[in-house]
Amino acid sequence: MTIIAFKASRAASRASREDDPSLAKSKVAKFFGRLALVIVILITLFPIYWMFRTAFSNNRAMFGEPLSLLPVDFTFGPLQRVLGLATPEEALAEGGSGASINFAQYMLNSIAACTLITVFQVTFSSMAAYAFALLNWKGRDKVFAIFLIALMVPGIFTLLPNFVLVKDLGLLNTILGIALPTMLMTPFAIFFLRQFFLGINRSIIEAAVIDGATQWRIFRTIVVPLAWPQIITLALLQFIQYWNDYLWPFLVGQTEDSKLLTVGLGIFKSQTPQGNPDWAGLMAGALIAAVPIFILMLVFGRKIVGSIQSSGVK
Amino acid sequence: MTITANKETPLGEVPRTQQARKRPHRDSQLKAAILFLIPASIGFVVFFAWPAFRGLYLSFTDYNLLRPPTFIGFDNYVAISTDPVFWNSLKVTLEYVVMNVGVQTAAALALAVLMQRFTRSMVVRGVIMLPYLIANVIVALVWFWLCDYNLGIINAALDFFGIDKVGFFGNENLAMGTIAMVNVWRHLGYTALLLFAGLQAIPKDVYEAAEVDGAGEWRVFRSVTLPLLRPVLAFVLVVTVVGSFQIFDTIAVTTGGGPVDATRAINYYIYQRAFERLDFGYASALAVILMIILAAIALLQNKLLRANESDLER
Repeated sequence: MTIIAFKASRAASRASREDDPSLAKSKVAKFFGRLALVIVILITLFPIYWMFRTAFSNNRAMFGEPLSLLPVDFTFGPLQRVLGLATPEEALAEGGSGASINFAQYMLNSIAACTLITVFQVTFSSMAAYAFALLNWKGRDKVFAIFLIALMVPGIFTLLPNFVLVKDLGLLNTILGIALPTMLMTPFAIFFLRQFFLGINRSIIEAAVIDGATQWRIFRTIVVPLAWPQIITLALLQFIQYWNDYLWPFLVGQTEDSKLLTVGLGIFKSQTPQGNPDWAGLMAGALIAAVPIFILMLVFGRKIVGSIQSSGVK
Repeated sequence: MTITANKETPLGEVPRTQQARKRPHRDSQLKAAILFLIPASIGFVVFFAWPAFRGLYLSFTDYNLLRPPTFIGFDNYVAISTDPVFWNSLKVTLEYVVMNVGVQTAAALALAVLMQRFTRSMVVRGVIMLPYLIANVIVALVWFWLCDYNLGIINAALDFFGIDKVGFFGNENLAMGTIAMVNVWRHLGYTALLLFAGLQAIPKDVYEAAEVDGAGEWRVFRSVTLPLLRPVLAFVLVVTVVGSFQIFDTIAVTTGGGPVDATRAINYYIYQRAFERLDFGYASALAVILMIILAAIALLQNKLLRANESDLER
């Protein structure tokens, strides 16, 4: 399979632009090419902007000005209403439904569930990846191949029996029930880390063995620090994935204490009055769910882009 | 989930042959490996392997979650073969996959080439990838609002220009196409980034040669870029087809399978059979069929597209 090293693209972007023959030279081509890119960026950003615009609009006033490009009658009302900070009267006055909805609680639930999954999954998966990449034992590659088969199984196939299992364990409507199936490992996480562990210089490890270090000590003090950037990248990717996940948390977490943001948003949408929906409130909820991702992208953008460029993750 | 491996070893270069060499500490390493693998193995057996077998078993049973499953042989499969809702779900899923993957791949290829020829900006890459990091549920809601018949900006704009309004999600003939385009918006940048990485791996000197020969933009694309990109393109196609076959979130928060059956895709039908009609046996049988279809598609695509061979090496 074709592979693209992150390093290569970093190097390419650093290389002098004038010398890169894959960049177009003609002025006319440059003009139209850049114009096309600007259009793509506008199409990408407009719906995101519209989410902001609507979230800061007065839902009642918005009905009169659907074409206004700026927030209609700028207000923090929708955000306050979905965070449970507005009284029912205030909510109704701005065209909300008056139903109590508490995205602050869902935010805490999402943070708890995603942190729980990410921390344990990445820890246990890196231990497994160490055993698969750097330890020598009989049957290693066969066991690894069996783990990899799980990559091919579509989610819905294991989802039904896992639901039955979590229900039998009495963990429905708990954060732990949401986290449990992916807390111990995913084949993807092991595969991802194994790739990097394979590249670690073995002579360092052999030297440590001769010095009498235990495998655990080698793992903790040599391998993990060496692969730390990749471990962080994996943690980011997995955190974002579970932050955005919908079906599993929707099935398992239905109470106020276990509802994740995506689930709360879906339920909010299904409960908003059909004829007169609280679009501003919905977009405010969507914004609250999306903002942590925007922040991660601002802080770790280069890492996230690089990791997706170097490994297709889906 | 699928991954491309990283061929370059970022953490120091060690020849692979060294790994195969027999080491003195084999026995102690087996013990260590077992310890390192304990948590991940529990996770694999309990939440991946066991549910897979249990799902297969449940597909041969009548099971409503409340009473223990009763074995009924192939009855579920026989019933599915004459279930018009199943065949319809297969049909609309295929329609979705063709529209989604077709438009997405073509647009992503165009965008990747634009990026390769006209910009090296990391910011541009970050921006176009942003939609992929936002939850399906949020993306679906934002577009549901943009496309709203009464107040959505798109219909308001159409109305402003004197064009008839369009019921994007409410019209039986348009709903699946709309959902396909919403997900094109979400995945375009991600797919483009994978293809862009593939483009970066093409040796620069072939572009130099093309320039010397005086080849125009289109000629360069057809005769240089496209053939050399084929392996990456094949990989991307396999991933996107398998991924889009499992469409669920967008449907769940927008149309709920309607209008009529127009958007009742296979994954959504499985969910409804299992959790709305508590028909876990039947739903499991549907999931088995979905898995077989996906495996067949992945194999077929790999064969047809020769995904593992590069034109460069021939």
